Amino acid sequence: MGKAPSLVLITGRSTAQGKFLHLGKDSEEFQEEVLRVNMNAEDMARRGLEGGAEVRVRSAHGEMKGRCVQADLPEGLVFIPYSVYCNQLIGGDTEGSGMPDSKGLQVEVEEA
Amino acid sequence: MTEVFKNVTCPFCGVVCDDLQVKVENGVITEAKRGCVLGRYTFLKYDGDRATMRIDGKPATLDECIEAAVEILDESTFPLIYGLASTECDAQRKAVELADLIGSTIDTTSSVCHSPTLQAIQHMGDSTCTVGEIKNRSRLLIFWGCNPAESHPRHFSRYSVTPVGRFVPEGRKGRYVVNVDVRKTPSARAADLFIQVPPGKDYEVISTLRALVNGRPVDAAEVAGVKIEILRDLAERMKSVKFGSLFWGMGLTMSRGKHMNVMAMLQLARDLNQYTKFTASPMRGHGNVVGAATVLSYTTGYPFGINLGRGYPQYGPGEFTSVDVLARGEADAALIIAADAVGNFPAAAASHLKKIPTIAIDPKESMTTKTANIVIATAVSGIETGGTVYRMDGIPLPLTKIMDSDYPSDLDVLSRIIAGIRRRRGLTETETLHADAENHQRTSL
Repeated sequence: MGKAPSLVLITGRSTAQGKFLHLGKDSEEFQEEVLRVNMNAEDMARRGLEGGAEVRVRSAHGEMKGRCVQADLPEGLVFIPYSVYCNQLIGGDTEGSGMPDSKGLQVEVEEA
Repeated sequence: MTEVFKNVTCPFCGVVCDDLQVKVENGVITEAKRGCVLGRYTFLKYDGDRATMRIDGKPATLDECIEAAVEILDESTFPLIYGLASTECDAQRKAVELADLIGSTIDTTSSVCHSPTLQAIQHMGDSTCTVGEIKNRSRLLIFWGCNPAESHPRHFSRYSVTPVGRFVPEGRKGRYVVNVDVRKTPSARAADLFIQVPPGKDYEVISTLRALVNGRPVDAAEVAGVKIEILRDLAERMKSVKFGSLFWGMGLTMSRGKHMNVMAMLQLARDLNQYTKFTASPMRGHGNVVGAATVLSYTTGYPFGINLGRGYPQYGPGEFTSVDVLARGEADAALIIAADAVGNFPAAAASHLKKIPTIAIDPKESMTTKTANIVIATAVSGIETGGTVYRMDGIPLPLTKIMDSDYPSDLDVLSRIIAGIRRRRGLTETETLHADAENHQRTSL
């Protein structure tokens, strides 16, 4: 089997992320939500990942560890709720816009 | 003792629901009726995980914290003031006064959410309206790259999808809802039509819609994986509806193209207004971020990314925006207020913040308070203070002070820091450091 193609990361708000930040960003509930690396079933299978597996997500700028969760996502897309963890993957260069590339970033996911 | 507050404004998101009923029993908030899940947590958990006053990790008094903050800001040559989302407008205005006094860069959380929208509007103007107009008139709602079901939970029921409007008496049945996104979010469930676009391809699809609306020939079977017939039908529907509305979120602003994506949306709305009435509204708002952009605009002329180092405001997305100023290692001190910069910024920007003297003003602990040199714990804006908040459509609404607090307000803390710096510099009450009277007049508050 050849190398699985790289994935596209979308970071964003989720209900649980917005709700649990009121409990504190160190709270178990918030931490659990923002460490969820949501992936498409085929992308998981291609990488030999099962739901709940500890994974490492890498980009050109950094990496984070999280837990792989199967989600209703198109093939090739990874969704991670906003937090300090997914921001390790985002670059500091805004191409003169002020806005970092927080969506649409190339990443790779592998078993940690 | 039980007290019930009616018509309370929720300070959490840009929908700014002002119909909550909050019950306080024996000094504890026990109910936030009509609030969404985010709103209920805002009120019921407002007192959890409170920040503590400290200097370099050691407990300190408010006076000591203010004194230390004054020293840091007074001695800085390139200070950054950032945040201002989760606070009320008077505190925001005071932050601009502080920035003017010390010649600081000042930037808000718009910088990392809708700054591309603000730039696009500066280029294009916008075809806007209040959420009331949408509720009462709009029969075609297109949500593009946004997920109100999770980010603005009551937008659908209060203003857009389901309410009975004066000219939409059938409510939901009288409206057609389209959701365009790279993934099927919970918002897609509310839509009559879901169009999936690949990441970074929004501009192509919006431009194709513009071409179809304007009757240009489109010689392709599909664009970015979207069948042209779907877009052709949508273009016809858009032109033939009596009143339609476009909405967008960070799916456009954070993706490749950024302000160009939003300009395409604004152009689409402009094109459609040649045929019918169409509005274009950004889905703005964590907290009072719209208030921050409004206050900065009316005090300095610009909504974010402003430097006052020369004694007059200079606007510079990419130059004076926080992520850039930090990632390039330029700022030598920072005051972060009502936002979590360390938690929300890319690692390269957050790591510089950890290296420079930083003051965090926040009611709650955050990733920023954890690493800041000085933490000043304040009252929760909109629950322990009153004030004004701006809704996503630019309408100001009053906040209700529900709970008494031993903590100072953001406004008090900023006022005391300003007074401390003035004292240290031997300035009178209205004098800034900048001698240029004309510039001073332009920027003074």
